[in-house]
Amino acid sequence: MELIETFFNSEVLIRAFPMLMKGLWITIKLGTVSIVAGLILGLLLSLVRLYAPSSVQFLARVYIDIFRSLPLLVLLIIVYYAFPFIGIRLSPFWSAMLALTLVSAAYTAEIFRAGIQAIPNGQFEASQALGLSYRHMMLDVILPQAVKIVIPPLTNNSINVVKDTALASVVAMPDLLKQATQAQALSANPSPLIGAAIIYILFLWPLVAAVSRMERRFGAGES
Amino acid sequence: MTGFVSIKNLEKHYGDFKALKGIDLDVAEGEVVCVVGPSGSGKSTLIRCINCLEKFERSSEIIVDETPVIPGKSLAKIRAEVGMVFQSFNLFPHLSVRRNVMLAPMRVRGASKVDAEAHADTLLKRVGIFEQADKYPKHLSGGQQQRVAIARALAMEPRVMLFDEPTSALDPEMVGEVLDVMKNLADTGVTMIVVTHEMGFARQVADRVIFMDGGEIIESGTPDDIFSNAKEVRTQNFLSAVLNH
Repeated sequence: MELIETFFNSEVLIRAFPMLMKGLWITIKLGTVSIVAGLILGLLLSLVRLYAPSSVQFLARVYIDIFRSLPLLVLLIIVYYAFPFIGIRLSPFWSAMLALTLVSAAYTAEIFRAGIQAIPNGQFEASQALGLSYRHMMLDVILPQAVKIVIPPLTNNSINVVKDTALASVVAMPDLLKQATQAQALSANPSPLIGAAIIYILFLWPLVAAVSRMERRFGAGES
Repeated sequence: MTGFVSIKNLEKHYGDFKALKGIDLDVAEGEVVCVVGPSGSGKSTLIRCINCLEKFERSSEIIVDETPVIPGKSLAKIRAEVGMVFQSFNLFPHLSVRRNVMLAPMRVRGASKVDAEAHADTLLKRVGIFEQADKYPKHLSGGQQQRVAIARALAMEPRVMLFDEPTSALDPEMVGEVLDVMKNLADTGVTMIVVTHEMGFARQVADRVIFMDGGEIIESGTPDDIFSNAKEVRTQNFLSAVLNH
């Protein structure tokens, strides 16, 4: 009984619920903005990485490698605590968004690159032979096919971004985790933390399941 | 006289390997030229140079309809005028058959959707695939896919059609249906350059047959010249190898 009192205290949970919802909303906002920005930047990076002049290609590769090896928490702390020294002062939300986006873009770029490279060369040649411009070749022929290949790994990456938003609590962002820790402090009871964990799971489980479904379906020789 | 397609001293090197060693070839408007020869003789490379899918040496010159084939702006014009059919069809798998045919006229020629659709349906009827217009390529047989690919190339109303071994990837029972479409096409007066192993087709349809080996044109002439009276030993050997089995 003590266990339930401690971790699943309904009184505390009900009191903390509005705070957790506020936190969830911020987590969703931060996750969505970072995912979308990361997708756009990542797609551009992948195109540069594949098709730009080789010196620019090299820069894209350096970017991708650096941001894949840098721990997100380190980057976040640099953005929030170090950038002010060079006059860049970002709110917790935008610091977290910037850090999440920069890292997500690096992963997304690699996912897109793999997706584009999986498209057979004949598709490029057929497009060129028909006289399609580079833009139309990519928009009408290559990317629609690549998207199908990259949706499962991109969804995986998006799940990671949403989970990583929890790191933003270290720069005082009132996200779901931060609200939960505050509620825990106020009520001297860890139930809000368990509540937050349950909310994360309820929210992300469907996405995880969707990825498995897609991987099974695409894996089963759809092409 | 220079042809509608005029190729002068065409060379293509892969490092030290010379895939094409100075090809000269003029193709007149409406002419059907079949290019035959052993694998690795450079025949596919030759036609892939005509629409610049393969880059060639600077000293070489290819002119299509008075426009030189060089990378850059004019290439789009050339590619719009030169249709190509590939060995492996290369249909767009994410688009329906009709959409495959409509895409380039809409994107390159700026055709309206209604016009592109009407034109696509006409062409699909012509190659006998109209009933499958709403299906996706993967639901079609190889022969049907290749006929769609021909319709797709024709949708741009090309002045020249290039065929790169169009029947080599097909099951034997489907070769005929594709060759029939190509024969009909030849009858309509489209300029055609066909790389093929189908000697029967070459003999029957070609105005001129070119025999290539080792990156060079060894011999060229009417189908009769080549198939019945080949002068060069290499041509004779090749033909006896492919015809007597």
